[in-house]
Formats: sequence, structure tokens, C-alpha cells
Amino acid sequence: MSRALAAGAAAPPERLPRCRACIALALALAAAVVWSFAYLAVDYRQLVSVESLGLMAKFVREFFPPDLSPAFVAKAAWGALETFAVAAIGTLLAVFGGALLALPAAGRFGISAALAARLALNFLRSVPELVWAALMVIAAGLGPFAGTLALALHTTGVLGRLYAESLENAPGAPERAIRDAGSGRVAAFFYATLPLVTAQGVAYALYRLEMNIRMAAVLGFVGAGGLGQLLYFHLSIFQQPQAATLLLAMFVLVFAVDSLSAFVRGRLLPAQG
Amino acid sequence: MAAAGAPLHDPAARGRLTAALLALVVLWPLLALAEFKPWQLFDSANAQVMLNFLAGFWPPATGAEFLALLVRATLETVAIATAGIALAFVVAVPLAAVATRSLSVGRIGPARTRKLGTAVRTGARALLTFLRAIPEIVWALVFVRALGLGPGAGVLALAVTYGGMLGKVYTEILESGDTRPARALLEAGSPRVAALFYALVPGAAQELASYTVYRWECAVRASVVMGFVGAGGLGQLMDQSMKMLNGGEASTILLTFLALVIVADALSAVIRRVLA
Repeated sequence: MSRALAAGAAAPPERLPRCRACIALALALAAAVVWSFAYLAVDYRQLVSVESLGLMAKFVREFFPPDLSPAFVAKAAWGALETFAVAAIGTLLAVFGGALLALPAAGRFGISAALAARLALNFLRSVPELVWAALMVIAAGLGPFAGTLALALHTTGVLGRLYAESLENAPGAPERAIRDAGSGRVAAFFYATLPLVTAQGVAYALYRLEMNIRMAAVLGFVGAGGLGQLLYFHLSIFQQPQAATLLLAMFVLVFAVDSLSAFVRGRLLPAQG
Repeated sequence: MAAAGAPLHDPAARGRLTAALLALVVLWPLLALAEFKPWQLFDSANAQVMLNFLAGFWPPATGAEFLALLVRATLETVAIATAGIALAFVVAVPLAAVATRSLSVGRIGPARTRKLGTAVRTGARALLTFLRAIPEIVWALVFVRALGLGPGAGVLALAVTYGGMLGKVYTEILESGDTRPARALLEAGSPRVAALFYALVPGAAQELASYTVYRWECAVRASVVMGFVGAGGLGQLMDQSMKMLNGGEASTILLTFLALVIVADALSAVIRRVLA
């Protein structure tokens, strides 16, 4: 700002190259989108033809009415609880794992440790959750524990990177002040930097919990328990009414966790409002 | 209140102890439900199977025929993700604009349309929740009925689910930034669209862009899910390699995923720098 004011008349030309970059970027993105549609060459007109609309409507109609017998609702509720447990424990493990890897990734133990930690985080993140789940089913057997580990591994990669960024962006003065007063590195970190990044860190973790709830529901497709496993089972034997109940349970679970998490996040970071 | 001379103690200790106890009480049943049994990992039979399997991952497959397949699958995955995110963006932007509370005219003063506005916003939010609560695989199964097996169902499933997620996060980003400029414009009589683009978007552009690129990255990973409906791409290739227990091919595919994530990071950095 002050630089632009001081430059006076020189300010307007400064904007031109930046906007050339904006236009180039927008054109490149548009070209990528056009190429994607052209490459796939899908005929989307079929979507609105009477015949296929009828087929889709027929498929959707098979889901109604949902199976609301008490026995099945209880089963769905149990599945929802299991899905929640998988997502919650997976996210919690990832918070610890992410925090542990974020410290070296933020450059606190030298440049080589930072590069190694970043590579590890990128790797954890780039392997899709379903692939982690397939591997964990081999390592830990079928069941919710495999799903928990799969979510924990992938989420560690995501949270670790976000935590490392938070640590890098946190102001360094408080920690330096405590260090200058003669404290050790560990105490300085715990009393100066950690409190600065805790609220943001918890908010990130809650965000991931919301996503992991949805992911945990899909992980059941490879045998990792919860709503997903029930859904896969009932869809594969064409019991759509039961599948509808499970989708309803998923909707309720997603809505409940999203609302709770939004409420808590709102309380955590009131300064932004 | 500690009397003078009482031994020093942490004033927050009681609260922290209660929180820790509560956490333990909540955590225990969750751990039981998730069948948290880490010792299973060190069970000798399981460990041996896993080690044998992982040993097959090295070296990564580099046969010319497989690499040709891999390039085609990668292009397919990237195209599905890009087309899906483009459509999701088209779904998300209007819904987010409607659902954002900071663009409400009814909130800045008495307006006849206040109740209507609240109803429309709640409706938009409910629609966003509905779109994203149903897993992409179920949407894909619906669209397969119309488009048949292939990438089309995958693109549309991504468009719907990710549209719901982008819309929700766009709304939250727009509401958590500085909303005073938008309010000032609205109070001065500006239309809502102008308030959105001149007051809210400039402050949030970087965050909106980086979240959109992150979602593109997630869409690339979702190709694994899309493999289930024959959408082609890396997911289907991965599925085949895993089923044939061909670890070398699987590890090449995983390295491709790693490369795509690094590309996404670089793209995100470029876009943020341009928007800065």
C-alpha cells in the first residue's frame, strides 16, 4: 500500500503484468476444462432422453419406501455409530500423527528432516483412502479397525501438512522471548507456540472429521465395517429399501456431525466473525 | 480462591482434569466400536502376509506396455476429475451465493422478504447437505442407468457430490471473512451479485481457489471409487493390479498419485500467487 502511494504515478502500470497473468491462467484453466470434456467424449444428451430419465426414475423409485422396521432401523443406527467411531478414532490418531510429523516438516529439526517429513506427508496423503483400506484389510483383517487405520494414515498426511503451515505462520516472538529468558526448547514450544496454533489445529481436525465421516461410510465397500459395509451388502443383493434406510442414516449422521463441528468451530475462532 | 500462603497450583487444573476424564469416558466406547486392537498388526501370521505383499511392491513396474496403459489411465483420471470439478463449480457457486448469510438484505433492516429469504437460505443449505451426504458411488450407480458404464457416470457423480461440498465450504469461507464491505455495499443499495463479487470474493479469492484445487486433488483420488462403475482411469487399473497381486504395478500407480498430488500443490501455489 505505502509503496504504491510513494510510487505515485507509477502505480497503474504495475497492475498490468499481474492481470496478464490472470488472463493467461483463466485461459489455461478453461482450455483444460474443454480438453477434459472433449477427451472423455461422453454424450450427455442421453441423460435427458425420455428413456434414460425413465430408467433413472425407476432406479430411484426402487429405494422407496425405505425399510423402517424397528429391527432394521436399529441395525442402521448401530452401523452409523460404528461409522462415527471409525471416523472419530481415525481422526484422533491422525491429529497425533500429524502433529508429530508437522514439527520436523515445519523445519524445526533442520532442512533434511523437513524435506523427509514433507515427502512422507505427501506420500501418506497421495495414497487414496480406499487403497490404504485395502492394504490395512490385509494387515489387520476385515473390520472397522482396518478402516480406522486407513483414515488415520491418509488424514495424518493432510493434517500434518496443514499443521506444519500453521507452525510456520505462527509469530515467533513469544517463543524467542521465553528462550531468551533461559527456558528449554520444549517448554518454550509448549507455552508459546502451541497455544497460538491450538484453536486453528482443532478447527482443521473437526473439518477432517466431517470429511472422514463420509469417507468412513465409503470404506465399508472394501470390508471396513460401518454403514458402508451394510450399504454395499444390501445394494449388491438389490435390496433398495434397506439401502434407502442406510442412506437416510448417513444423511442424519453427516448433518449432525457437520452442525456440531460448525458450532464448535464457530466458538473456537470468534475473532474472525 | 486460594488463600495467601497456600501452595501454588494451576488454576485451570480442575477443568483440565474434568475434560480429560470426560474424554476418556467418551473415547472408551468409541475405541471398542472401532475394534481398536493394534496388537493385531503384530500378529505373526498377519505381519508375514503383509510383508510378503509389500515385498512384491519393489521394484515398480516399468514395462513399456504397462506404462502406455498407465499414461492413458492417468489422462482419463485427470479428465474425469477436471470435468467433474468444473461441473461441481457450476453447481456450487449459485447455491453458495444463495446460502451465504452475509449477502442477506433482510438482515440489515426491516424487510418484507425477510422470512422468504431465511426460507430460501435454509432450503439451499439443506440441498447442499443432501448432495454431499449421499456417497459419490451411489450417485454413480444412479447415473450409470442413464449413461451406461463409463466415465460419464463418474463425471456426473463427482459434479453432484463435490458440488455439495464446494458449496458448503464456499459459504463458510465467505461468512468467516470480513463481511463489513458487503454490508456497506448492501446498505448503499447495491444488488447482491455486485456485493458478492466486489466485497466478499476479493478478500476470500485465495482461500476459495486453494480449496477448489484441493478438491480437484480429492477428485483424482476418488477415481479409485469410480473404478467400481467402470469409469476407467487409475482406479480401475489399481483394482486390476491389486486383484492380480501385482505389487510392482500397484507401486507405479501409487507413485503416479504422488506425482499428481505434487502437481496439484504447485498449481495451488501458482493460482494463489496470481490472485495475491
